[in-house]
Formats: sequence, structure tokens, C-alpha cells
Amino acid sequence: MYRYVIKRLLLMIPVVLGVSFVIFSILAMVPGDPASMILGAGVTQEEVDQLNHELGYDRPFLVRYFSYLYDAIFHFDFGTSYATRQEVFPEVMAKAPISFAIAMNAIIFAGVVGIPIGVLSAVKQYSLLDTIPTFIALFLAAAPAFWVGMLLMILFSLKLGWLPTGGVETWKGYVLPMLALGLMYAAQQLRFTRSSMLETIRQDYIRTARAKGAAERTVIWKHAMKNALMPVITIIGVNFGGLLGGAIVTETLFSIPGLGTYIVNGIKQKDVPVVMAGTMCLAVMFAGIMLCVDLLYAFVDPRIKAKYSGRRG
Amino acid sequence: MATEKMQKHETQTAITMKKQSQLKEIWRRYKKNRLAMIGLISMLVLIVLVLAADLIEPYEVCITMNLREKLLPPSAEHLFGTDGYGRDILARCLHGGRVSLFIGFTCSIVSMFFGAIFGMIAGYYGDPLDNIIMRIMDVLSAIPNILLALAIVAALGSSIFNLIMALTISHIPGFARVVRSSVLGITGQEYIEAARAGGTGDARILRKHILPNALGPLIVQTTMSVSSMILAAASMSFLGLGVNPPQPEWGSIISEAREFLRTNPTMILFPGICIILASLSMNLIGDGLRDALDPRLKS
Amino acid sequence: MSDVLLQVRDLSVIYKTDLETVHAVNGISFSLERGKTLGLVGETGAGKTTTALTLMRLLPERIGIVEQGEIEFEGQELLALPENEMREIRGEKIAMIFQDPMTSLNPVLTVGEQIGEALSLHNFSKKSKEEIEARVDEVLTLVGIPAGRKKDYPHQFSGGMKQRVVIAMALACEPDLLIADEPTTALDVTIQAQVLLMMRDLRDRLGTSMIMITHDLGVVAQTCDTVAVMYAGEIIEQGTLLDIFKGERHHPYTTGLFGSIPSLRGHSKRLSPIAGLMPDPTNLPDGCRFWPRCPHCTERCKTEHPGTYVDGTHQVCCHLFTEGGSK
Repeated sequence: MYRYVIKRLLLMIPVVLGVSFVIFSILAMVPGDPASMILGAGVTQEEVDQLNHELGYDRPFLVRYFSYLYDAIFHFDFGTSYATRQEVFPEVMAKAPISFAIAMNAIIFAGVVGIPIGVLSAVKQYSLLDTIPTFIALFLAAAPAFWVGMLLMILFSLKLGWLPTGGVETWKGYVLPMLALGLMYAAQQLRFTRSSMLETIRQDYIRTARAKGAAERTVIWKHAMKNALMPVITIIGVNFGGLLGGAIVTETLFSIPGLGTYIVNGIKQKDVPVVMAGTMCLAVMFAGIMLCVDLLYAFVDPRIKAKYSGRRG
Repeated sequence: MATEKMQKHETQTAITMKKQSQLKEIWRRYKKNRLAMIGLISMLVLIVLVLAADLIEPYEVCITMNLREKLLPPSAEHLFGTDGYGRDILARCLHGGRVSLFIGFTCSIVSMFFGAIFGMIAGYYGDPLDNIIMRIMDVLSAIPNILLALAIVAALGSSIFNLIMALTISHIPGFARVVRSSVLGITGQEYIEAARAGGTGDARILRKHILPNALGPLIVQTTMSVSSMILAAASMSFLGLGVNPPQPEWGSIISEAREFLRTNPTMILFPGICIILASLSMNLIGDGLRDALDPRLKS
Repeated sequence: MSDVLLQVRDLSVIYKTDLETVHAVNGISFSLERGKTLGLVGETGAGKTTTALTLMRLLPERIGIVEQGEIEFEGQELLALPENEMREIRGEKIAMIFQDPMTSLNPVLTVGEQIGEALSLHNFSKKSKEEIEARVDEVLTLVGIPAGRKKDYPHQFSGGMKQRVVIAMALACEPDLLIADEPTTALDVTIQAQVLLMMRDLRDRLGTSMIMITHDLGVVAQTCDTVAVMYAGEIIEQGTLLDIFKGERHHPYTTGLFGSIPSLRGHSKRLSPIAGLMPDPTNLPDGCRFWPRCPHCTERCKTEHPGTYVDGTHQVCCHLFTEGGSK
């Protein structure tokens, strides 16, 4: 099994390198040069050229990319922000946990709410326990997260005054972002779990279990659950990317000092090192989660487990 | 010679007739699905409304400021009320809908097109092309869609065209995967081998045998992605990197209403409902199409 | 007719969806004595599997509907039993072997767990965990699988081995009635023979009654005591093995069925398959269901449903042998 983990970890490396190259290339197309951005207006062209030379900006594109990569990998030096002249790496490390917490909260919320209700809907297909949650989920899956966040803000912060409108100084600050982001994913999770469960209970082995005289509860929990959840696990992993993207929007709405706001501000100020480092951090996070999902999957499915632990298959 | 031609003509008509009856059958099954019909009708209504936007309210109405009439609640004159600059929100929703729906449909169709090409090549020709293409797709999809789109817009500047390009690029990997997996499912089958053995060229096999079979999941995915494109475009506008003001777009209308959340919370209601309506309709249509195209899935 | 285990009377089953109504089983009656084997023969879609699922009361919910009929099993009316009592019967008294061993086993549970489940579900004698495990080993050995493999998952078995597991699962509780739905169709020919031989052997040793569903007349000849031939949801001919294989008078469909198997012995006639296809079960023809394909079709066949011609144990449902259309 550990060989599989190592193999997957090694496979992550080219993907992360690829991401760095794609983002670096895109950001290289940003108009303007770093020196003019750092120095602002009112300086001579010589001064600008001088600084650009010091920053190594006058070198060819590929040279710049590899020297960036070299510094990043061997010195954890992701450059300094054009706007604040501060090192980017510590900033990113300070902000990443906040974004990660928001995304994880939302995904746990979505799983805890979406999966059980999805199973229930499938088991009680065509009853009110099916139609009502499915109907609500349809709407929630179609609503933009920031809009739902605004509604929640109006209700819980502005009208009721229970929760803050922004910031994460206390745990209360995490509640609304979790809901804003989590409701939409809970709705998706519900829809997906429901259809996966419906698909599973049509399988032959479920009929076999019934033919043995198993009660409906045993059939669902023992025979259908594990099989039905496998595709759901995959979707949770795939959704995590969207969730990180959603976190950017939610952070902006609730003025949370996470990676999302950091990157968006960086983009607006054309602060390339900030955007680069923030994006890389998100990509690594995403790749890590995908790895965990794959491992979880292998743990649940004996077919895959056997394939990687070298037993007869 | 003449008879041969006639026979060919006959088989051609037979094939078109078969296609027609297949379409009829799909439509028959689709019609039975009440939710899917509701989705289709509400989408058509939305499209008609935004196309007729100029007849209802000229474009100038929704971009001209009128500070004397700002922040009015919904009334007979302004059905949805007015915004912080005194612009009629109904007019902005209608004209904004044009942009939102245009972005939604264009991005979906264009990224479907490229995704299908990459997916077909990867699935049909196999390694090494498959490996190269799919690794690139892996890298692209390791970057959250919104983030990739943000970076592209940052590099190219914010405009509707750049927004469309950014959203399109970020959604190509999803399409490529869907097409590739359905192509892989088909290429192994005997009739493809048979066609190959019979000397049919690759291009013809791809067009005549593989594409039609991959079409079902592709259509469903495209329909569904319209709704996620609309949502993504709205998010981009919300982050201030979507369409440029004063041009309206559903997301930007909500975004502009943000500063009045405390005093005029109803302002975000109508544009939000527009987004939900559009994206919900497309999801319903997608669900309906999936069931109609693949009746096996429905009990 | 002293020791009747199962008596089915005038059973009709439909599948009803939004789009259409399928008349899967149309008024069939048959009975099965203890320790005997009944062969249910017919083409795909004749209603054999539906009949089996109805006996187990496992028709798809909402869609599969029993329109009429009675199923008397050991003196109990199965169709009237509440679901929890029916569960006691399933697996314990009536067990079923499904058609496709590839999909009939749960991929995420070991085969030992799946066989043991049947035992612990019907554990009236309060067997301990060890006793159940011992019994699992025993049935696995019985079907020719080393007991040591019970910790393996289904994907680690070949098709024939999977079918043995399925059979072991069905036999674990020593049911009174075993329904085998085309148990060998999905297997290779060599494996087919092995599995059949094993099933026959087990039946004789355990004294189980069996309903053997198949479209393979060879299988019927090897395993069955009585035979019922199904066509379009009806039993058009039934009798003892001898009645069907040797009797004088046959339903034209049965004759056709025999005509479509090549024979190695005897004179090598040309194969004479039955022309045409089974009628659309959503839209069955009037009169005799077989008339559109029947070589002896008369005007009467097209309008009037034939009665049953009875000759001892042999019953044929055809106008050719009945006088005036009544029994």
C-alpha cells in the first residue's frame, strides 16, 4: 500500500510543476513590468530599467521561470510582493490555513448534510422525504454562493445580529462562510448521492441480498452503502477544486484575510509574485486532497486495494 | 449505375428517417418529464425576454444615471426598483441577462468543441498523444476554474471577450475527459474494429461511428455547463473582474447592490432570482436530456 | 399428488411504467412435489424470470404488480404474507440462484461474509459465530471451493467459481425450494457441465425441490422431472419429462423448440427454427398468443384463446387437440 502512496506522491510533482508553468506563463502576459509597478510614477526610465535588471526581469522568459523555480524549491523563496515589498512565502503560509479551514468546513458540512439526506431520498424514492429535499437541492445548486452568502448575511448579521458580517476573529466568523459555500455543495452532494444510491439499489447483488431474506435496513446499510458512496467520494475530491475557487468568492464577500482575498488583490494590483505563490499553494492543497481521496477510495474498494497491495487480483 | 445511385439514395433517406425517428423518440421521452419541460419553457421565456430587452426598455435606460430616483423600492413604474445610481433594475436585469446568457451559451459551446476534439484524439489515437493531452488537462484542472479564469483575465485585461476566453479555457478539461472516456468505451467494441478492418479511414470512423455515440453524454454535459458558466461569470463580476461597468450583467448587478445590503436588501433579490432561474432551467433540461437520451438509467 | 410443496394457480404479473404496461405473466398454473425438479423452459422474455421473482416476492417495487393468482407454499399463501414473514421464508425456505454470477455478488464484501449472512439472518437455533463460520466452510467445500478462500473478494474468483459461491449461498440454509434462474447460461460450456452435475448431486443429497429455469432443453433433460414450456407469459404445455420429450401430441411451439436444436444422434435433418419473433408483451395478439408464428394456424386461433387438452399428466394448450374450444 505504501508503495502506492509514494507513487501517487511522485505523480503529484509533474502536475504541480505544470501548474507553476501555466500560471507563470499566463502572468508573464500581464502588461507592464515589475519595476514600474514597484516604483510608481515620477521616476526616470533609467531607474526603472535598473530595477528590472536587478530583479532579473530583462532575462528571457524561460530563464526567469527556471530561476523562479530554483529559488522556490531550494530556498522557499517565492519572491517579494511588488505592492508591499514583503516576502510572499510567509504571507501565504499565514493565510493558507484560513482558506483551508473554510473549504474543509464547507465540505464537511456538505457531506454531513448532503449524503444522509441523499441516501434517505433514494431509499424513500417518490415520497415526500424524497421530493422536498430534492426540490430544495435543485434551487440551492443553481444559486450563486455569494448571493446565498448575502442573504445569510442580511438575515443572521444585519437583522438578527447573531453573527459578524466579516472577519474570522472568533469561530462565529466561520459560520456564514461555511453555510454560504457549504449549502451549494450540500445540494450537489445530495443530488449525487441520491442518484448513486438509486443506481446501486438496482444492482443484481442487492437483489441477491434481498433473496437471502435481508431486511431493507440491512440491504441499504450493509450492501448498498459502501458501493454507493464510492463515486460520491470521488465527487467530493473533484468538488474540492471548485470549493477552493468558491472560497475565493466567499472570502471576498465576508472580508476574510485568506488566500482568496490575497490572490484577488494581487490580481487587481498585477502583483505577480503574490498571485503566483497563492495559486501554487492552492494547487498543492488541491493535489493533496485528491491524493487523500484516492487513498480513501482504495481503502474502501477491495478491488483497488488488491491491485496496489500486490495480492492476487 | 442508375440503380446503384437510387439504392444509395434510398439508404440515405432510410438513414435520415431513422435519425428523425430517433429524435422523435427522444423528444417523446423528454416530453413525459414534467420538470424538464418546465425547465425548457422557462429557459425559452428567459431567452425571449432578454432578446426583446430593447423593446421593453432601451439600453440607455439601464446605463444612464438618474440620482434623483436612486434606491427606490419596487413600484409600478420600476417593477424591480432602482439601484444606487437610480437605474431601473428591471432594465438592468433584462440587458444583463443578454450578457449572462450569451456568456453561458458561448463558453459552453466553444469549450465543448475544443474538449470534444482533444478528448476524441486522446481516446482514439491512444498513447503517446493520449498521455500528452491528458497530462495537460490534468495540469489545467489542478487549478480551480475560477482561479485560472482570474489569472487569464488579469493577464489580458477585463472585457467580455477575455472573460469568455478565460471561462472557456478553464472548462475544456472537463469536456475532454467526458469525451475521452466515452470514446474509450466505444473504440474497444467490435463494430469499430470491423469498420477499421473494412478499410474505413480514421476521420470517417471518428465522424460516423464515434462522435454519434459520444454525443449523448456530451450534450448533457454541455447543457449542464451552461449553468455553471453563468454562475462562474457572475462570480467573476462579483470579484470585479467580469464585465466592465456600466454594462450590466447579473453578477455585477448583485455586486453593485452589496454596499446597500443594510439599507436596501431587496436589491439583490431580483438579479439573484434571474441567475437561479437560468441555471436551474439548464440543470433541469440537462437532467431531462440525460434521461431521454439514455432510458436505461430510468426505472 | 400427495406431497405438494408449491402450488401456483392462475398467476398474472404485469410491469407498469409511465410509458407502457408489459404483460409478463398471464394466468399460469403449475405445481411442484417435494424433492422433484420442475423445468421452466422458454425463450428470453417468455416470463420465466418474472415467475421466479414473483415466487420470491422480489418484483421491482411499484413497477411489478401481481394482478391475480395464488402461490401456495407449504400450505401458506405467499402473496398474502406480510413482508416480515416473507423475509423469513426468503433464503431460509426458498432460495434463488441468479442468472449472472458476475453481478450477483457484492464486490465489497468477502464471499465468506456473504454466505455467512444468509445463515445469521435465519439463525433460529442460535448458532454461535464459530458454528456459522464452520457451516460457511462446510458449504464452500460442498460446492468445491477450498474453505480457505472465504476471506477473498468476489473479484478474485473466476465466473464458474463465482457461480459456485452463489450456489453455496443459496444452499447454506438448506432451503426446501431452490429456484435456479439459468444458472449456467453465463458460464463456459465445460464449466456449465460441472456446475450442473454439482447441482444435481447436491439436490439428490439434500432432497431439495428445485425449479430449473432455462432455455436449454439439454439442461432440462439432464435435471428435471416435470417440464413446463412458457411462451409469451403463458404455460402452453406441461407434463412429465417423458410427456414432453417422448409424447405424441405437442404444442406447435414445443415442436418448434425441439426443431431448433441440432442433434448429433439420429438422422441429421435440416434445423427448422421457429419463424418470427416473440410477440411484443405490451401488445399481445388476440386468441392464441402463438398464432402469428404457428404453421397450423386457423381462423379460430386468431380470435379464440385455446383451452387445455389434458391427457394424464400431460397438458397442452392448443386448438389442435381440444374439441369445441372447451376443456
